[in-house]
Amino acid sequence: MIPDLGKYASAVLSSYAISLVLLAGLIALSLWRGAKIRRQLEEVESRRKSDG
Amino acid sequence: MSLWEYANPQKFMQTSAAVLPLVWGLTVLSLAVGLVWGFFLTPEAVNFGSTVKIIYLHVPSAMMAINAWVMMLVTSLIWLVRRHHVSALAARAAAPVGLTMTLIALVTGAIWGEPMWGTYWAWDPRLTAFLILFLFYLGYIALWEAIENPDAAADLTSVLCIVGSVFALLSRYAVNFWNQGLHQGATLSLDKEENIANVYWLPLLICLAGFVLLFIALVLVRTRTEIRARRIKALVARERMA
Amino acid sequence: MIALLSRDLALAIRAGGGFGLGLAFFLIVVVLVPFGVGPESTILSVIAPGILWVGALLACLLSLDRIFALDYEDGSLDLLATAPIPLEGVVAMKAAAHWVTTGLPLTLAAPGLGLLMNLEPAAYGWLVLSLALGTPALSMIGTFGAALTVGLKRGGLLLSLLVLPLYVPTLIFGAETVGRGADGLATTTPVLMLAGITLATLALLPFAAAAAIRINLR
Repeated sequence: MIPDLGKYASAVLSSYAISLVLLAGLIALSLWRGAKIRRQLEEVESRRKSDG
Repeated sequence: MSLWEYANPQKFMQTSAAVLPLVWGLTVLSLAVGLVWGFFLTPEAVNFGSTVKIIYLHVPSAMMAINAWVMMLVTSLIWLVRRHHVSALAARAAAPVGLTMTLIALVTGAIWGEPMWGTYWAWDPRLTAFLILFLFYLGYIALWEAIENPDAAADLTSVLCIVGSVFALLSRYAVNFWNQGLHQGATLSLDKEENIANVYWLPLLICLAGFVLLFIALVLVRTRTEIRARRIKALVARERMA
Repeated sequence: MIALLSRDLALAIRAGGGFGLGLAFFLIVVVLVPFGVGPESTILSVIAPGILWVGALLACLLSLDRIFALDYEDGSLDLLATAPIPLEGVVAMKAAAHWVTTGLPLTLAAPGLGLLMNLEPAAYGWLVLSLALGTPALSMIGTFGAALTVGLKRGGLLLSLLVLPLYVPTLIFGAETVGRGADGLATTTPVLMLAGITLATLALLPFAAAAAIRINLR
């Protein structure tokens, strides 16, 4: 499946790997923090509503 | 009493919630198509062998590294002039994305440079300018993190962004003067498409679109997070007051 | 404004360390370099312009966080902000005081340290000229950085991170001037660029720095 990359295989593969890891990390971090903050906000909102 | 403390973020939240799934879908689609096409289906270049496949990551990330800073400059100006809070928060949200893009461009460039130029790093003007851009991103993010008061932080980072933009441009031309370039010219730019063969051009274009979409999606997500974080802060502060 | 300048200068002299500390730091940096790279005079004379400029730049950085910190703590910065003279003028005077206490002594001491670094004889004039032209820009940019971080507790490290990238163009043209002077090449372009950067920062950055102080005092 993987095409023949010749003698530069390690360079091509490692640059793809590093870039995809960095992007995945950034996306995961953004989504994770987004979910955390959303849960916190919901908690604060519900507390505020129950207080009247 | 309005539900949101800040200049019309509610509208922003509604709109962004509506468009986000679409943006994410297009991002995944174009990145998948572009990268798979580029990685599996393009031939090797005469001079570069299979390393030509790195451009599908290197060029889009480098482009977005610069565009992210430009976007931060524009949103900073909007914040300073119109006092639109979403704008300031969008600038804050974009900075880490720009930082990551800069890092990807630097790393893929270094990996590409080793077999092609025989060195991971050369003090070439373009490379040096990107390293300086990386430092600017670090300083900008650090300033955001350091200041407690959100409005003061937005103001000060905006001022830094504007001054930094001037100095970043100045540095770009200073390093040009300081050393001769090793980096190829704008062979990959949009208006010189005859310089790159069509086989590479189309997947590269799709990758460029994919990175732009990814940037938009990430900035939207992160801006929504910042708005929510700001709202939590305001609500908690009000609870304490009561 | 003159009164403000002389007040800052008097404070710097009486508190000690104003003149001395930056100079001593400059001396130490320049003395340490040969230990790091070895004593061969040919190598030293090649890297001398860069080392002298980087040393001067770091010595400048050392005293930046003191520009506004003391005045901020004892409240005199608030008084200066409400004083009838414009805040931009205050900022410019602060930068001038910083230059007189660090940039000027560094410029005057640099030829002596150039001897240690085995600098080419032809370069001494360019070294003094480039430092005299460039250090005002360093002080002004640094004052802007200090204005951004004035209210922060751990501002010192952040200040370096903010200011050092802004120093890049000045450093490049400054060191290039000395390097070209040492090789006997034409130095007109870097000298003009250096002077241009200094004049532009002196003209524009006081406004940015004053804006930053107003935000921080709000």
